[in-house]
Amino acid sequence: MRKYYDEITRVAGNVVNVTAAGIGYDELAVITTSRGDSLAQVIRLEGDQVSLQIFAGTQGVSTGDRIRFLSRPMQVPFSDDLLGRVFDGSGKPRDGRPVVEADPVDIGSPAVNPVMRRQPDRMINTGIPMIDVFNSLVESQKLPIFSVAGEPYNELLARVGLQAEADVIILGGMGLRHDDYLKFRNTFEEGGVLGRTIMYIHTAADPVVECLLVPDQCLAIGEAYALQGKRVLCLLTDMTSFADSLKEIAITMEQIPSNRGYPGDLYTQLAKRYEKAVDFDGAGSMTLLACVTMPGDDVTHPVPDNTGYITEGQFYLRNGRIEPFGSLSRLKQQVNGDSSRDDHRAIMDGCLQLYSSCREAREKKAMGFETSAWDEKLLKYGELFEAKIMDLSVNIMLFDALDLCWEILAECFEPVETGMRRTILEKHWPHELAAEKEEAAVS
Amino acid sequence: MHGKIVAVFGNMVIAEARSEVVQNSVGYCCRDDGAKLLSEVIRIRGRRVDLQVFEETRGLKVGDNVEFEKEMLSVDLGPGLLGQIYDGLQNPLPQLAKEVGYFLEPGKYIHGLDLEKKWDCTPAVEVGATVRAGDKLATCPEGIFKHEIMVPFSWSGDFTVKEITPAGSYTVEQQIAVLTDSDGNDRPVTMQQRWPVKRPLAVCKRRLMPEHPLITQVRIIDSMFPIVRGGTYCIPGPFGAGKTVLQQIMSRHAEVDIVIIAACGERAGEVVETIREFPEIKDPRTGKSLMERTIIICNTSAMPVAAREASVYTAATLAEYYRQMGLHVLLLADSTSRWAQAMREVSGRLEEIPGEEAFPAYLESRIAGFYERAAALELNDGRVASVTIGGTVSPAGGNFEEPVTQGTLKVVGAFHGLSRARSDARRYPSIDPLESWSKYKGIIDPAKVEKLRNVLVRGNEVKQMMTVVGEEGTPIDDFAVMLKSELFDNCYLQQNAFDDVDGATSPDRQQLVFGKILEVMDTDFGFEDRKQARDVMFKLQDLFRNWNYEAPDSDEYKTSIEKIDSFIAAKGR
Ligand SMILES: Nc1ncnc2c1ncn2[C@@H]1O[C@H](COP(=O)(O)OP(=O)(O)OP(=O)(O)O)[C@@H](O)[C@H]1O
Ligand SMILES: [Mg+2]
Repeated sequence: MRKYYDEITRVAGNVVNVTAAGIGYDELAVITTSRGDSLAQVIRLEGDQVSLQIFAGTQGVSTGDRIRFLSRPMQVPFSDDLLGRVFDGSGKPRDGRPVVEADPVDIGSPAVNPVMRRQPDRMINTGIPMIDVFNSLVESQKLPIFSVAGEPYNELLARVGLQAEADVIILGGMGLRHDDYLKFRNTFEEGGVLGRTIMYIHTAADPVVECLLVPDQCLAIGEAYALQGKRVLCLLTDMTSFADSLKEIAITMEQIPSNRGYPGDLYTQLAKRYEKAVDFDGAGSMTLLACVTMPGDDVTHPVPDNTGYITEGQFYLRNGRIEPFGSLSRLKQQVNGDSSRDDHRAIMDGCLQLYSSCREAREKKAMGFETSAWDEKLLKYGELFEAKIMDLSVNIMLFDALDLCWEILAECFEPVETGMRRTILEKHWPHELAAEKEEAAVS
Repeated sequence: MHGKIVAVFGNMVIAEARSEVVQNSVGYCCRDDGAKLLSEVIRIRGRRVDLQVFEETRGLKVGDNVEFEKEMLSVDLGPGLLGQIYDGLQNPLPQLAKEVGYFLEPGKYIHGLDLEKKWDCTPAVEVGATVRAGDKLATCPEGIFKHEIMVPFSWSGDFTVKEITPAGSYTVEQQIAVLTDSDGNDRPVTMQQRWPVKRPLAVCKRRLMPEHPLITQVRIIDSMFPIVRGGTYCIPGPFGAGKTVLQQIMSRHAEVDIVIIAACGERAGEVVETIREFPEIKDPRTGKSLMERTIIICNTSAMPVAAREASVYTAATLAEYYRQMGLHVLLLADSTSRWAQAMREVSGRLEEIPGEEAFPAYLESRIAGFYERAAALELNDGRVASVTIGGTVSPAGGNFEEPVTQGTLKVVGAFHGLSRARSDARRYPSIDPLESWSKYKGIIDPAKVEKLRNVLVRGNEVKQMMTVVGEEGTPIDDFAVMLKSELFDNCYLQQNAFDDVDGATSPDRQQLVFGKILEVMDTDFGFEDRKQARDVMFKLQDLFRNWNYEAPDSDEYKTSIEKIDSFIAAKGR
C-alpha cells in the first residue's frame, strides 16, 4: 500500500512543492489532479520540502491534489513490442493502441566508460552524394543538421532514416508540428521501415516538460538496443525546441542565465544527450542525427554554437541543399580511405576545390569584372555539379556518384585542369584519357 | 566525523555537520543502498556544509549520512601512473571497465595505482643519511624512466634514514624505508604517497625564468610563436577550427619527457582515438610506444561535471610529481572552457553573485592559479625540471571577447589564436599569424621573425585593397609583396599534419627553410607584369612545397635545395 502526500505548499511554473519525507533525489511521482494523472520528477529536496517538476504542467493543480512517490527514477519499458509504435513525451501511446508492458530500462544512465568504446569505421550509406562522397556519415557518429526554419530538414532526416541500413530507427520529435509527424509516419510507412521504427513525439501543443523527456527516452531505448548488438539510428528534431524548453524551465526556476537566457549548463545538458551516440566494443552502436534550426540563420546563437562544440561535425542545409562549405564530417577520414574506392578522396577534394573556384568566378561575374575562358568552364561545371550532385533529390549510391562526378568533370575540363594526380586520372578519367592510351597502344 | 543531508539539488548537497569540518575536505554522501558518493566541501555556514558531489546524486535522500574526512581531494603518487587512463578523480578506467562493464558506476572507486604489481626497487641512500621532503630514497624502472621514490612532500624538517630495504621487488604498499624525525619518532615510507590536487607541488631551490624553447616541430609555433619549457600558452578557437588536432600533434611531437593529456569536458570519441592509436605509435626519440610517456586524464562531457572541475587539478598534480624527478612535462588541457563552465554551474547552485556571462567573480584568479602551476624549477639537487601548460579555450560563438579567453590571455606567455577564416580555407594549422603572439624567444632570431611578420601584415593589406580596386588597380610592387606573403604562408606556416615528413619539422630544418624564405623575401625579382609575377612565385611555391615533403636524408631533399637556389639566382636581380 503506497503512501499519499497531500500537503502541497507551493505551485509555481511547472513545479509543485509538497511536504514529504524519505524521498530520493531524481525519483518519480504521480500527481492526481482533476485533469487526470501526471508523472512528476523530484528536482530538489530541502528539509521536508520536495520540489516536483510536473510533466503535464501545473495548470489546474489544486492544493488539495494527492501525490504518490514511485521509489524509482524515470524509466521506459523496453521490448520489441515498441517497434512500429508511437508515444508521446511522457511515454503514453499516441497511436491509440494499448500500453506496452515490459521490463523497464532507466532513463539517463551513467556515461559509457570511454575505454569500452571502439573506434568507428563503418560508413552509413544515405544515397545522398553530398553526404556519402563529400562528408560521409559514420556509424556511431553524432551529427547535427544546421538549418534555417523553412528548409526541408525533416524530409532530409526521413530520407536518411529510410536509406540507412539500420536495424532500429528511433525518431524523437520535439515541438513538432502535427503535419510533420504525419509526414514522417507516411514516409516510413511507404518506405516499409515502420516495422522497425519507434517514435516519441512531442508536438508544439503538448506540455513543455514532456519535450525534455523525448531525447532521453529515445536514447535510453536506443542504448538498450545497441547493447543487444543492434545498429540503431536515432533521429532527433528539433533540438532547438529541446534547448528552448530547457531555457523556459530554467527561467521559471529562477536560475541565472548565462547567454541569451539559456542556462549555464546548456553545454552539459546537450552533451549528455549527444554523447549517447556510441559504438560499443563487443556490442552494437547508436548513430545520432539531429536537426538544429538556427534562429536568424546565426551559427553563433547559443544552441547551434554549443552543439557544434559537442558533435562530430555538422551539415549546413541552405537553399534546399547541403552546403559543401562549412559542412564537415569529422569522422569521414575513417571511412573514405582504404576501405573505400581509391578515387574517393581525390574526387572529394578535387570537385570541391573546383566548385569553390566556380563560386569565385560567379562573384567576379556578378561584380561586373570580365570572365575568362577558364571562368566559363568553371561556371558550366558549377551548374552541372549543383544539378546532378548537390540537389537533394539526387539519390544514387556512392560508386555511382563517384562515376557521375568523373563524367561531369570530363564534360567541363581537360584532365590536367582538375589538379588531380596523374595515376588517379589515368585510372578513372571516363573517355578521352582512356582513348589516348588505346591509341598509344595501337601505334 | 559525520553529518546528515538536509538538502539536495543537482550535484549539490547541503549537510548538517555534527562535528568539525574542514573547508575543501572530502566527504562521502552515503546512499541508502550502501553506495558512498565522493564529494568536496565547498562552503561552510554555521553547521550547514555545502558539498559538491562528484557523481550523479540520483537516489540521495534528506536524512542520509555524510562522512567527512580531514583530507582534501587527493591523488596517489607512485610508480605505475605512466600509460594509465584515469577519470578526473584518478580512477583507472580500464580497471573500472573490467569490474563494472560498459558504464561508469557512481560510488565505484579504484585505487589509482596497481597494488599487486611489484617494482624492482634500488636504494639510493645509506642508513644514517639526512634527508628532507622530496629527497630521493630509492629508484625503480618505470618504462623508459627511472622512477624516484621520494621522502613524502608533505613532511617538514630533517629526517635521518633509520632503515632502507635492500634492492628487491616490492609493491607500492610495502615499506621501503623508515625515517626518524628530529624528535626521534620513526615514520615508515612506502613507494606511494598522497598529495591534495588543488595545492601546487613544488619542492625546489627556486623557480627559474622559463627560457629553454620547447620544440613542438610545428613550424608556425616554433618559429613564429614559440613556447618554452615551464611556460604557458593557450589555443582559443571556434568549434572545428583545429584545437584538438593541434593538441594531438603536440602530444606526439613535442620534445619533452612526459605528456599529460587532460580531456576535460570534451568528446569521448577523441579520447578513444588517442587510447587506440598511441600504443601503436613509436616515439622516434625512445623507440618505445608513445603510451609509455603519456598519462590520459579523461573526464568527458557526459561524465559528472564536478569531477570535470577536479580533473585539471589531478592532471597538474601528476605533472608536478614527475617534475620532482627532474623531468620535463607537458600538460595539455582540452578544453579549459569546460572547466570554467563547471565552476559556473557550481557557483550558480551556491547562488553566488555572478560576474560576466554568469561566470563566478573568482574565474580569473582560478585561471591564473591553474596556469601558475606551470614552472621551470631548479630542484634541491640542482637539476632543472619543468611543467609546461597549454590549454585550449572554446569561446562562445568563437568570439574572443569573453571572460575565459580574456582571463587566460592575461596570464599566459603565448597566444595561438585559431581563426575560422583560416580553418574554412583549410589553412592548417589554423593559427592566425596576424593575431597570435608569444612573449618567449624561440629558435629564430626575433628580428627576422619581426621582418616576416611585417611581410604578412603588408601582404594582408594589399589583399584587402585588391578586393576593392581589383588586380588591375594594384601596383606591381604591392602585388609582389602579396605573393611573397602567400608563399611564406603556404609553404611555411601551413603544415600537413598527416604527412610523415611535413608533419614534424626539426629545429635545424626550420632554421634552414626560414633562411631560404628570407632570401626570397629579400630578392628583387623585377617583375614586369602580374601574370609573370604569379607564374614565377607559383613555381617557387611548388619547389618549396615539394621540399617540405622530402625526407632530410634523401637525394631529393638535396636537389630541392639546389633547385631553389638556382631558381632564385636565375630570376632574381
Ligand atoms: N592540422 C589539421 N590538418 C588537417 N585537418 C585538420 C587540422 N586541424 C583540424 N582539422 C580538421 O578539422 C576538424 C576539427 O578539428 P578539431 O577537432 O581539432 O577542432 P576543435 O577546434 O577541437 O573543435 P571543438 O572545439 O569542437 O572541439 C578535424 O576533424 C579535421 O578534419
Ligand atoms: Mg576539440
